[in-house]
Amino acid sequence: MADEDRIMLEIAGLKKKFGEDVILDGVDLTINKGEVVVMLGSSGCGKSTLLRCINGLESFDEGSIRIDGEEIVSGSKAMTHLSQKIGMVFQSYDLFPHRNILDNITLAPVKVQRRAKEDARAQAEQLLRRVGLWEKRKAYPRELSGGQKQRVAIVRALCMNPEIMLFDEVTAALDPEMVREVLDVMLELAQGGMTMLIVTHEMGFARAVADRIVFLDEGKILENLPAETFFNNPSTQRAKDFLQTFEFKKH
Amino acid sequence: MRASGIEVLFLGSNFARLVEGLWVTVRISLLAVLLSLLLGILFGLFMTLQNPIARAVSRVYLEFIRIMPQLVLLFIAYFGVTRAFGWNWDAEFSAVLVFTLWGTAEMGDLVRGALKSIPQHQYDSAYALGMNRRQTFLYIIIPQTLRRLLPPTINLTTRMIKTTSLVVLIGITEVLKVGKQIIDVNRFQYPTASLWVYGAVFVLYFLACWPISLLAKYLEKRWR
Ligand SMILES: Nc1ncnc2c1ncn2[C@@H]1O[C@H](COP(=O)(O)OP(=O)(O)OP(=O)(O)O)[C@@H](O)[C@H]1O
Ligand SMILES: [Mg+2]
Repeated sequence: MADEDRIMLEIAGLKKKFGEDVILDGVDLTINKGEVVVMLGSSGCGKSTLLRCINGLESFDEGSIRIDGEEIVSGSKAMTHLSQKIGMVFQSYDLFPHRNILDNITLAPVKVQRRAKEDARAQAEQLLRRVGLWEKRKAYPRELSGGQKQRVAIVRALCMNPEIMLFDEVTAALDPEMVREVLDVMLELAQGGMTMLIVTHEMGFARAVADRIVFLDEGKILENLPAETFFNNPSTQRAKDFLQTFEFKKH
Repeated sequence: MRASGIEVLFLGSNFARLVEGLWVTVRISLLAVLLSLLLGILFGLFMTLQNPIARAVSRVYLEFIRIMPQLVLLFIAYFGVTRAFGWNWDAEFSAVLVFTLWGTAEMGDLVRGALKSIPQHQYDSAYALGMNRRQTFLYIIIPQTLRRLLPPTINLTTRMIKTTSLVVLIGITEVLKVGKQIIDVNRFQYPTASLWVYGAVFVLYFLACWPISLLAKYLEKRWR
């Protein structure tokens, strides 16, 4: 394979301002097909903003983003076509409350991708069975626990057959005992070869799932290392300090 | 034979007149409610515009309608406009106009509130699934907005039906007025007439509003 063919996501010189505040200050990031990248960084450093730029929810000021070779121009008509290639799951449980679980999942495949209803349903069934929620297909979102809702949100994104999945702290609002069931789904997805960009504060999970860690700080990528190297031997002081905050020592 | 006095309702054409009076009430309110729903949705969308002029205009309109008692508006529309401009609006037209102006303002505010109460992440998830603006509104935002709008809209509708009784004061003979006339005519013959007539008016109002709340219950159940 030629080099370009292996690249799923290519971000170059990305700058983003909110008013006068520079949030992303020249981000470069390349993710290959099948690669799992975890993005770390302290609160407010711009992780969510970066993910939102990638799938077109946020416009940006400079730089470029390419998905599978196609450039993202946010707000353009081509964007709705491109964002079908990108699946995203958010921190808030964002299922559509007026539709049952099955409809939540098949709505976009049927209305946006114009697939046959039976076809979308068949795929939804297969995916729901995989996350153990097929019995809940007729339930409404409010009847589900937080962890179940997030698994459905993952399935809903997967049913569009995206080429890359973005996860923005999808377990941050969950009760601790539900975190695991969601992370397991993501881990399985990663092992199945999905290209993923994950923002999380679960360090154990990051270590287990990531091929590579990028560390974002003040709008720049400070580290971009294989996961083991990053955790054992981060090269910047900022990253060391960041990792320190997750350690507990008895004084 | 004089035992209860309920016969007063069926004396001559009394009952038919009461029902006719109710029909005037219902006709005015239905027309005003339908117009208010349509215009109110447009006004609500207008109020969500970021444009400062649009905001100021809708603010002033809403405040004006809320501050003015409906009675004053009715008098302005019926007597005032005739005096000032020589236009001869008939009473029913004035009534529909005033109630529509009022209903549009209130409905618009309900629509604006319901639209604003849909959280941003509903839009985000729809866009993230590749939906365009039209699809997002059609499949995600509007259905949720309608569900939230249902209870306050029913409330507004019944309030409008009840407030319609004010039109008596600009000379429209509606159900309450007919009732009053029947009571006055039969005051000596049937001392208990007022009890029966107002009781009948109560039942008639109830019959006018009840189907609406039944419909609301049905929809709420279907939409859950
Ligand atoms: N719509 C907005 N308008 C103005 N400022 C914003 C907006 N969204 C985010 N910001 C600012 O941009 C900065 C980065 O926000 P972002 O949500 O990307 O951080 P984050 O890294 O995801 O943080 P967290 O870990 O808390 O989720 C913050 O300072 C935030 O206040
Ligand atoms: Mg965030």
